[in-house]
Amino acid sequence: MVILWTDALIFILMAIIVGLAFYMRSQEHIKRPLKQIGRSRIGMVSLVVLVFFVLIGLLDSVHFKAGGNKTNEIVSLLDYWATPLRERGEKTYSAPFAVTLYSKEMMTLADGSTHWDYPRLEFGGSHLDDPENQRLDDILQKGLYGFAQGAGLVAFFMFLSWGMLAEQHKRLIRSPAATAVWAVAFVIVSVSYALVYLSGYYHVLGTDKVGEDVFYQAVKSIRTGLVIGTLTTLIMLPMAVVFGILAGFFRGWVDDVIQYVYTTLNSIPGVLLIAASILMVQVYMANHEENFTSVVVRADMRLLFLCLILGVTSWTGLCRLLRAETLKLREMEYVQAARALGVKQGTILLRHILPNVMHIVLISVVLDFSSLVLAEAVLSYINIGVDPTTYSWGNMINGARLEMAREPIVWWSLTAAFVFMFALVLAANLFADVVQAAFDPRRAGND
Amino acid sequence: MIHYIIRRFLYAFPLLMGVNILTFVLFFIINSPDDMARMQLGQKHVTEQAVENWKQQRGYDLPLLWNADAPQQEKITQTIFYQKSVGLFLFRFGVSDSGRNIGADIQERMWPSLAVAVPTLIVGLLVNICFALMMVLFRNSYLEHTGIVLCVILMSVSSLFYIIGGQFFIAKLLRLVPISGYDDGISAIKFLILPVLIGVFSGIGSGVRWYRTLFLEEVEKDYVRTARAKGLSETQTLFRHVLRNAMIPILTGVVVVLPLLFMGSLIMESFFSIPGLGSYTIDAINSQDFAIVRAMVFLGSVLYVIGLLLTDISYTLVDPRVRLS
Amino acid sequence: MTNPLLAVERLSVTFNHRHTVVDEVSFVIYPGETFALVGESGSGKSITALSVLRLLPNNARLSADNISLNGDNLLSRSESDLCRIRGSRIGLVFQDPMSSLNPVMTIGSQIEEVINVHFQLPKQAVKQRVLELLRQVEIPEPQLRMKDYPHQLSGGQRQRVMIAIALAGRPDLLIADEPTTSLDVTIQAQILALLKTIQQQTGMALWLISHDLALVSTMADRVAVMQQGKIVETGKTADFFSNPQHPYTRKLLQALPSMDSCLAHAVEEKPPLLCVRDFSCHYPIRKGIFKRIVGYVRAVDGVSFDIQQGKTLALVGESGCGKTTLGKSLLNLIPASGGQVKINGVDLSQLSGEPLRQQRANIQIVFQDPFSSMNPRMLVGDIIAEGLSALHPGIGLDERKARVRQLLQQVDLPEDSAQRYPHEFSGGQRQRICIARALAVEPKLIVCDEPTSALDVSVQAQIIQLLKTLQQEKGVSYLFITHDLAVVAEIADDVAVMYQGKIIEQGRVEQVLTRPEQAYTKKLLAAVPVLKSDN
Repeated sequence: MVILWTDALIFILMAIIVGLAFYMRSQEHIKRPLKQIGRSRIGMVSLVVLVFFVLIGLLDSVHFKAGGNKTNEIVSLLDYWATPLRERGEKTYSAPFAVTLYSKEMMTLADGSTHWDYPRLEFGGSHLDDPENQRLDDILQKGLYGFAQGAGLVAFFMFLSWGMLAEQHKRLIRSPAATAVWAVAFVIVSVSYALVYLSGYYHVLGTDKVGEDVFYQAVKSIRTGLVIGTLTTLIMLPMAVVFGILAGFFRGWVDDVIQYVYTTLNSIPGVLLIAASILMVQVYMANHEENFTSVVVRADMRLLFLCLILGVTSWTGLCRLLRAETLKLREMEYVQAARALGVKQGTILLRHILPNVMHIVLISVVLDFSSLVLAEAVLSYINIGVDPTTYSWGNMINGARLEMAREPIVWWSLTAAFVFMFALVLAANLFADVVQAAFDPRRAGND
Repeated sequence: MIHYIIRRFLYAFPLLMGVNILTFVLFFIINSPDDMARMQLGQKHVTEQAVENWKQQRGYDLPLLWNADAPQQEKITQTIFYQKSVGLFLFRFGVSDSGRNIGADIQERMWPSLAVAVPTLIVGLLVNICFALMMVLFRNSYLEHTGIVLCVILMSVSSLFYIIGGQFFIAKLLRLVPISGYDDGISAIKFLILPVLIGVFSGIGSGVRWYRTLFLEEVEKDYVRTARAKGLSETQTLFRHVLRNAMIPILTGVVVVLPLLFMGSLIMESFFSIPGLGSYTIDAINSQDFAIVRAMVFLGSVLYVIGLLLTDISYTLVDPRVRLS
Repeated sequence: MTNPLLAVERLSVTFNHRHTVVDEVSFVIYPGETFALVGESGSGKSITALSVLRLLPNNARLSADNISLNGDNLLSRSESDLCRIRGSRIGLVFQDPMSSLNPVMTIGSQIEEVINVHFQLPKQAVKQRVLELLRQVEIPEPQLRMKDYPHQLSGGQRQRVMIAIALAGRPDLLIADEPTTSLDVTIQAQILALLKTIQQQTGMALWLISHDLALVSTMADRVAVMQQGKIVETGKTADFFSNPQHPYTRKLLQALPSMDSCLAHAVEEKPPLLCVRDFSCHYPIRKGIFKRIVGYVRAVDGVSFDIQQGKTLALVGESGCGKTTLGKSLLNLIPASGGQVKINGVDLSQLSGEPLRQQRANIQIVFQDPFSSMNPRMLVGDIIAEGLSALHPGIGLDERKARVRQLLQQVDLPEDSAQRYPHEFSGGQRQRICIARALAVEPKLIVCDEPTSALDVSVQAQIIQLLKTLQQEKGVSYLFITHDLAVVAEIADDVAVMYQGKIIEQGRVEQVLTRPEQAYTKKLLAAVPVLKSDN
């Protein structure tokens, strides 16, 4: 078992989330908006999609050394399961479900003559004798088989949960939100079963320039996107919350200093600050190569640095919001009453201010998530994002973009990155909307 | 009023000082000039002499903050901090690591940047306001709901895909405009159409949503009810009262970014090979030219601070509540 | 009898298909009369007015058998027809003139707008008409004022502008929805007088919507009482007040505080508890580039008074006179700038830090707004116990719980309230919780900052009764800050009248209320609407 830096932070984050969930269960004022989210069909469906992504991300965050201690290769649980995908590379580009390469090559036939044609792939569809005629049937058949497996699994769980639930909970399951959740879970699980099953025989999303499976790349990129979207927030939250509340509550010179700091940071254009910092990280890493022995470790450090830098550039917005809200709250009559009752300032901060700004924190966390995932792609494109060896949608786009001019066009890498990213960001955006509607006091209560 | 603006103006100096110190720390303290030299010259087999030469050519061979060897005044002036950072205040950007004059480059390259950014901003603003007004006018109808869903979908697509998609469909398949490039003078227009179009389009999702919330906030206010009670129709109320009040946050929000338009858009310019400041910055980042990146960071901050100042001024101009109190 | 100007039959309004706010309401308004619709907050009276003009929010559904103006059925009219009726045949005046006027338009152009929508007049004539209207609502220097923005006017002037807007279309009916509620009592009297004058000049009908029975009794020809979406009683004003039929109406009338009640107080001297001497609270005014202090706002300016043990001193004044600032700075919630505050002989102005915190048990405060004075995230039990745990950390958990139970009992709340959240309680109940919170640390003095202003009349009477009972039981003193002289008569032993940061008159309650010496006090008293009944 190897724990990378980002892995550790992810586990901490998970622990925090679980802890928060337990805390929330006892809080009446949080339960109400949560129930509102639970009733929202869009909210629950997007949550299912997010959870699915998170599960894959978590699988990809359990790292260990492959093949004992002999080799230095660090792989994740996901890599382990996807070993065939990982190792069965082709020579170069091949289209989704193709059985041949994308470009013609000079081949030497058995009789010694040469022949200019599309060579067969080494792995993709290699089980077929007569690809021309068998391929379509085979894909359909295998796809259906995988789909049926997934569908059967979901159906099994549905019946299981139906049987185990008490009558009052059954009503809950019949609600429109629950039906939608089951439907989406059904589609996701069945389709991914079909894809996984098929990818044992084909490259379902083709291969890239060096012959690597695009489906594998896209799935691996999920973790990168999630890490950027969540760890950045984890890093910037304490700063934003502490500084924002202190500035608003104590005002005076504390406020002046904090305002000065965040205005200064804000005045540097974000991309440039990130670029400058990443350049410095690169220089540092180049000069301290001995600390970053493994490629995975180095890429991971750079990912962490990216989160750190993104966090530093993005805490100012939330900090400003919290400061404004705290300024409002400290004049609230219940805060004044607490002061009149002789409650100490620290207690007032923790008991009266913090719980009443948490909805802003929550809303901004979910809202930031999708913009951070999108930012990763842009940053990777200008080479100030994640390490070029890290799988990420940005790197996939960056690599595929150069092939746009190719005739016929290599479209699958872009499409794969587009579909995966779009699904994640759309789900996050929709979920953020529902969360905002439920927790924003100005918009809540209109049900 | 004047006093207020002067005070804001004076406040800009500590801000820029802070930026300056921050970049200095980032570029010279965290990594020494030696590190940079090694990075530039290639990792291995770099002789001390080569590093020294590299530093001397670019003026990085001085002490950081205090030159103990120099005579009197030059103890301060003959340092990296004085030579490289203080000069920025006077817009002396110096020479890049590859020996070009940064100031001249900036002057030359800001025009293409503006040529893309200004039309994008103006067209985008008009389009977004129009759509947002439409949605508010038809609020609680299917038109609005479809609009909201569309906005979320548009928001969920990375801007990279808008650019790639636009280049592919409009330039490559339909051959309406050139894929990329730039030309001087009036012939630049055909190169500008696509970037502006894509720039506007990629901003629609978030822009319309944002303006819609601004409008909705105003629609719920009491004076709108008064306007209706006066006998104004829904459209009259919207244009005469709601739009007018909502324009205050919209305009001031635009004013902030106005100066930053000079900086151009990094991705847009690099995709369309427009020789603006955005692609200049990207090239500098890719070739790890620290002098240019430092100059651009400072320039960006100056422009942002100017933007803040303009916002303050514009508030006092547009909002009678600020102007007359 | 003449034909009604406005006839409404079986009007119902439902929100979100669930909450019926107006329930089969029927009434008529005759030309030229003043019709008053009275009810407590949430009774649906404002919604009734808005639904006549179809100005309801989007989530409301309206149904009615008939809404007709001069026999013209408004229900069958299209939206664009209604636009022609709004502002020209029916004018509307709302409660809060500040938010009801567009902040970025001059008042002149806001009045012009109505004229332009409804009449085809040349530009010069429109100007003339605006000036005429501003003169009609008695705004001084209308030529200059019409170029002003709403924020440059005073509250009373803004409401005058609102009236001018409503009058601009020469309506037959003017709907005034709580037109004076957000105004001071002296301004209120002026606005009411203005409405009366205009009604006499133009002969239009006035539909007055109000919660204030005394005000209605001085203004209206006919009265209707609304309770929970229904009109429970309608009648001529004279009959209505002398012989109310419905039990709810009777309850309302009984709850009305009366100015005569001050005569019933016993005169008995007690030793002083709180001594305030030469107390001031100044805010610096900063100007210029470096924000130099160029002067001070004297919010509280050299105030001296005593409060006796177990007695109530009422601090009376209009908004902005500094009475709330005084109350809060006595508790050190706002820093004072000078003077002496002694409670039980301890000089609070000399203390700071921990000793001051310990002294806080002696003075507590109850605020005006029962909705913002409790942390929505805390259980009522924790809210009440907050002071106990802060000032008496030695008290154990069980004892604290017992104390909370006892306090809830004292303020007449059920015991299980401790396990509930503030939002589950009504305004009056919340105010009881706030009183319990203040009582928890056994203070000698409670500053009550307009504790009843946000409450309905019937609830207000209950809270005042509760405060009186607690005073008898516990011997606690009150500094009762209010703008409402009728409430003063109910509760106070002594009165101090505050004007522009200074106390200009103080003395025993019956003396100040019946034989005021200062002109300002006299003006205040004269402006209070008194229930006009024939007996």
